Amino acid sequence: MLRTHATKLTSAAILILVLVAWEVLPTALDVPRFIIPTLSDSMIELKRMWTNEGLLGHVTSTALLTLIGFLIGSLLGAVMGYLLGMSTFWEKVLSPYILALQIAPKVAFAPLFIMWFGYNSMPKLLVTVLIVFFPVLVNVLQAMRTVDRDLVNLARAYNLTRMGIFWKVEMPSTLPNLMAGLRIASTLAVIGVTVGELVGGNTGLGYLISYGGGQANAAMVFNAIILLTVIGFVLYAALERIEERVLHYLPKADH
Amino acid sequence: MALEFRHVSKSFGGRDGGSLLAVDDVSFRVEEGEFVSVVGPSGCGKSTILSMTAGLYQPTEGEVLVSEERVTGPNTHVGFMLQKDLLLPWRSIIHNIEFGLESRGVPRAQRRERAMRELAHCHLEGFENHFPYQLSGGMRQRAALARTLAIDPEIILLDEPFSALDAQTKLLLQNSFAGTIKEAGKTTLLITHDLSEAVLMSDRILVLSERPGQIIAEITVDLPHRDKPIKRRLMPEVGDYAAQLFKHLKLEEKAA
Ligand SMILES: Nc1ncnc2c1ncn2[C@@H]1O[C@H](COP(=O)(O)OP(=O)(O)OP(=O)(O)O)[C@@H](O)[C@H]1O
Ligand SMILES: [Mg+2]
Repeated sequence: MLRTHATKLTSAAILILVLVAWEVLPTALDVPRFIIPTLSDSMIELKRMWTNEGLLGHVTSTALLTLIGFLIGSLLGAVMGYLLGMSTFWEKVLSPYILALQIAPKVAFAPLFIMWFGYNSMPKLLVTVLIVFFPVLVNVLQAMRTVDRDLVNLARAYNLTRMGIFWKVEMPSTLPNLMAGLRIASTLAVIGVTVGELVGGNTGLGYLISYGGGQANAAMVFNAIILLTVIGFVLYAALERIEERVLHYLPKADH
Repeated sequence: MALEFRHVSKSFGGRDGGSLLAVDDVSFRVEEGEFVSVVGPSGCGKSTILSMTAGLYQPTEGEVLVSEERVTGPNTHVGFMLQKDLLLPWRSIIHNIEFGLESRGVPRAQRRERAMRELAHCHLEGFENHFPYQLSGGMRQRAALARTLAIDPEIILLDEPFSALDAQTKLLLQNSFAGTIKEAGKTTLLITHDLSEAVLMSDRILVLSERPGQIIAEITVDLPHRDKPIKRRLMPEVGDYAAQLFKHLKLEEKAA
């Protein structure tokens, strides 16, 4: 109890320290505000963005695409992971291609998707789905490979069907890895959407970054980056909550 | 007659195409209600014998019969337990005990009733809603026994169920298992490394040779208190039986 209290206090202290440094240092070191704006500069710009640039619409668009892309991508990744995990044959057949696709830089597909689908939400969503897909797939597949053989044999001895074994033994066994994959995926989802928005279109925080950059408006870029971080953070925190619920049966490590 | 091996051999295909003979022409019978132990050097095919009884592997040659029926796959006659408790960590103890009943079409209320009864038999009252990580190793093994008994198998297969436990817990658990099994009147096949455990718990002991496993001796333990190993332990004859096993396994020669 005392420790968590102490960590929270220290974290808060660091945050305050950083904010103060951000406010004071640029002026003290004579850094011009178009290079590094201070905290108050950024706040003033934030207010301007809210009234003049329709900030709410941009934030909503980015957050929504992040969430939808994350949901679709991880659902596809998990389903594919479980299917391949149940079939050694298809896993062996497809694994070189999966590896190749996993290595290929997914964000580089963004311009292609824009060529194919135009300046709308589709390319952003596709990049996000693609980038989210692999960590979930790989984590699930890895977990399916390492399910305890003896547990599966026990289930067989109890006359469970193939599907029974999947739902009652394999699927729950892989939950910790699935959750770990989802956490990684949630941070990548924000990157996917941002890249999509950077490359094309006129909505979203990624767009504001490239727009602000073009205008030498560093404060706008700062604000957009912070808001993107907040979106990713909220998604990650929500997943952590869910994970705590779902994996309640794992003994908690006492640090 | 509850279990019979008729000239059973089992070989496994190796990676390089060659095959490895794990069990070689093994024949034995276990009568109903009998407690038989199998001892032998590591890797001699003990676990393989157990897996063939459970129907997880098919013999390469010969046949395995349980209750006069040829074993062709996993079946409802046998329940098995390993050194690992194999409890599902995401299920509470009572749900773990019910696990084997779920695929057998036992209605929910009846499942719960049977699980609660076995929970009591295995002295785990009050722990039904705990999760496996909240139990000690010995308690987890008792929960695994309760799960095995819940499906009411004709034969119980035990593969070194006590070997991961400390000496005291082991003794208490052997005692509690022996009592529970005797009371339930179950036919039991126990695989073990521990020679004195075999003497303390069995009616009969089969000794296997080095791989490929063949039965080299069969010893009938003619002592009382099969249901109370702690009592049997105090009898001087126990040492003689253990020494006999010792000799069959040629442990002295190996040590030299
Ligand atoms: N599924 C398998 N595939 C290939 N070889 C196997 C398989 N299972 C067992 N074997 C081999 O068969 C032999 C007997 O194995 P088994 O597990 O039955 O030994 P064991 O007597 O139980 O040994 P231990 O006392 O160490 O548990 C070993 O040489 C093992 O390598
Ligand atoms: Mg073994």
